[in-house]
Amino acid sequence: MDEPLLRMRNITKSFPGVLALKDVEFELHAGEIHAIIGENGAGKSTLMKVLLGIYQPDEGTIHLKGKPFHAKNPRNAQDQGISMIYQEFNLVPDLTVAENIFLAREQRRFHNLLIDDKAMLSETRKFIGSLGLDIDARLTINELSVAEKQMVEIIKALVVKSDILVLDEPTSALTEKEVQRLFSILERLKNEGVGIIYISHRMEELNTIADRVTVLRDGTFVATHEWKAVTVPNLIRMMIGRQLNDLFPYVPSKPGEVVFKAHNLNRSSFLKDVSLEARKGEILGLAGLMGAGRTEFARAVFGADRKDSGVIWMDGKEITTRSPHDAIRHGIAYLPEDRKKDGLFLELDIYDNILAGNLTQYSSKGIVNDSTCRAIVDKRIAELNVKTHSPRKIVKYLSGGNQQKVLLSRWFCKQAKLIIFDEPTRGIDVGAKSEIYQLMNKLKQAGAAIIMISSEMPEILGMSDRIAVMYEGRITGELTRAEATSEKVMALASNLAVKA
Amino acid sequence: MDKTRIGNTKLQLNTSLMQKVTASIALLLMILFFSIVSPYFFKVNNLLTIALQTSITAITAYGMIFVIISAGVDLSIGSNIAFTGIMVALMLKNGFPIWLAMILCLVVGITAGMVNGILISKMKLPAFIATLGMQMVLRGLALVVTDARPVYLDNAPQFKQIAQAKLFNTIPFPVLYMIVLGFGAAFLLRKTVIGRNVFAVGSNEESARLSGIDTEKVRIFAFMFSGLMAAIAGLILTSRVNSGQPTIAVGYEANAIAASVIGGASMRGGHGSISGAILGAFILGVLMNGLNLLNVSQNWQVFASGFVVIFAVYLDKVRTSRN
Repeated sequence: MDEPLLRMRNITKSFPGVLALKDVEFELHAGEIHAIIGENGAGKSTLMKVLLGIYQPDEGTIHLKGKPFHAKNPRNAQDQGISMIYQEFNLVPDLTVAENIFLAREQRRFHNLLIDDKAMLSETRKFIGSLGLDIDARLTINELSVAEKQMVEIIKALVVKSDILVLDEPTSALTEKEVQRLFSILERLKNEGVGIIYISHRMEELNTIADRVTVLRDGTFVATHEWKAVTVPNLIRMMIGRQLNDLFPYVPSKPGEVVFKAHNLNRSSFLKDVSLEARKGEILGLAGLMGAGRTEFARAVFGADRKDSGVIWMDGKEITTRSPHDAIRHGIAYLPEDRKKDGLFLELDIYDNILAGNLTQYSSKGIVNDSTCRAIVDKRIAELNVKTHSPRKIVKYLSGGNQQKVLLSRWFCKQAKLIIFDEPTRGIDVGAKSEIYQLMNKLKQAGAAIIMISSEMPEILGMSDRIAVMYEGRITGELTRAEATSEKVMALASNLAVKA
Repeated sequence: MDKTRIGNTKLQLNTSLMQKVTASIALLLMILFFSIVSPYFFKVNNLLTIALQTSITAITAYGMIFVIISAGVDLSIGSNIAFTGIMVALMLKNGFPIWLAMILCLVVGITAGMVNGILISKMKLPAFIATLGMQMVLRGLALVVTDARPVYLDNAPQFKQIAQAKLFNTIPFPVLYMIVLGFGAAFLLRKTVIGRNVFAVGSNEESARLSGIDTEKVRIFAFMFSGLMAAIAGLILTSRVNSGQPTIAVGYEANAIAASVIGGASMRGGHGSISGAILGAFILGVLMNGLNLLNVSQNWQVFASGFVVIFAVYLDKVRTSRN
């Protein structure tokens, strides 16, 4: 074929402590739909952020239509012909559909002094009509459904004529019918010669629209193939394709009796009849793709979000968890996924962070016993090997691994019977990772039940005694450690029946 | 990923301590300055006058600091002072025993604070709006029940002793209240479970909730304490002027906020101390008194206090952003 529309060569990008992309190659032709697939954290989004100018690459070149291309920011990229439709919405909730679509490129009248609302409105209606949609352009974004918001996001990218359109998981909020409509729009654009980059986890969708596919793994380029030339199991193998190494200090254990049981938990569209059990002295890995409902499950169990229905038992007794306070009283602990936002007090010191929520047990008649507290904090810091010269160090200055250990220290004070770890090693360097695993083992051997939510396949396979997999709010299957393979977990996580 | 993260671990003096050091130096410089320019300033009597004038600001700031640390603000303090003052005056006028009238007033003040707290924590109103509303409600009530006229206390001569008596005939009682309540408030803030939880809630409410802290209870407590301090200030002020004045204490919340932030409290929550609040109150008190002695008009004194507040917080911003 002739000169490709877009060529990215040797793209390398590192962040402090992480090599996010290494020598990645990517080519896109005019009039093709090119899928990019890979596990969470494989580098798909980072690669697109480099293309859009959100990140500047450390190394590598980008050519658009044969000429060197460089974007300062997404707006600048759009002006040069590359538009992106984001997974999360970038819409202003209090403005109307029309105003959002023309945001920062408003049509003007009266010597450019006034905004021409009428022209923008009729233009927007024309677009909505041409896409066969039925959205009132005068409504504010607040008043739209999630799917409608997604459509507005798409229209916003189409208003500007682009050579390349990037879509990152565009269908996660859409219904079957809307997905079909989106696909017909994409087909039309493709026939007009637009190059489309399509990031998705959903193999069945890619089956219908992808022309070619590029696989990334751990920030490296694996392969580019014609879609017709590969099979889905093959692709899954390419996405995972690595050996479990001895990074995971798994210790076998004999699980005891059932400590925790959840039956038919429901919460709007996030959780659908989720039932799970956890036993004393086991690590139950909870796998699934982003947005599969794992965090929502944990938060519902922990009383952080309300649930619509469902029953929870601890030690055979039915309990109600209306707040985290309730859940903790019943022996449940939860280490949130976003530790900076939901776990730590970044402006406070290690001492206060470890003791938060624990002061009652180190006080009498409401008065804190300072010497007990100091002793406990010193003990935890030593026990969990938090690297600091003083317990008075402000937590925001600690590394990710040390922050996670501080958070763990807080929960160590509570002697929980069930501990839910949500992405326990995200953003943590390898050394600290293995320390965290050892701490989990310690808790497990001491008889705690552990539910480990993780998006990292090796971690799930390496640490779990048993694995449950979720897909779109449901449990799609359970595997024992012996029968679990990455292919099987991946298949359940994308709800595909894979032949053995 | 920001690049500024690395390499700033050494110079991590406790920020609120630093702010207190700065404030102390500022206070000493002010005292030095006024001692030089005015022969009347550095006299025992004048210093006691400053302490007396500062006591109301300091006591209301004790309450305010709890609210500010919890990432809130209480704009209803001035009205709370006026309303509780009116209540105690009316009760005494109607023959209530002094002790009963005082206790009931404290209950009124605490209740107003509790309503603030419930509006904010349970009904999710912004603190600014809820307490602004409460400010108007209480001021309105004070005007309604008195028909906008002062309530004079002719029949309770002992009541004025509360604020007008002096220990050893030198130290005014309100100064003693300021000291005793200061120790009490600092103990409550630093040494009790609920006080320490105020810091956690103000620093990150979601983290506090997920670590098992009853965040609603903590917030309500902070506003109740602020209401209690306002009620105590109301009793002292009423005793000092020996009457219930429906239009008294307008804008006192501004002094309490100013004292708190000069003393290192952050309006974003999580930071602040009682000692800082006292320092802040004294900086304002010394400034007012000194300017008074220099015959600067009242109006310019207000101007100067505003200037000090802005300058103090700006200094703090400069220092923390360099950190």
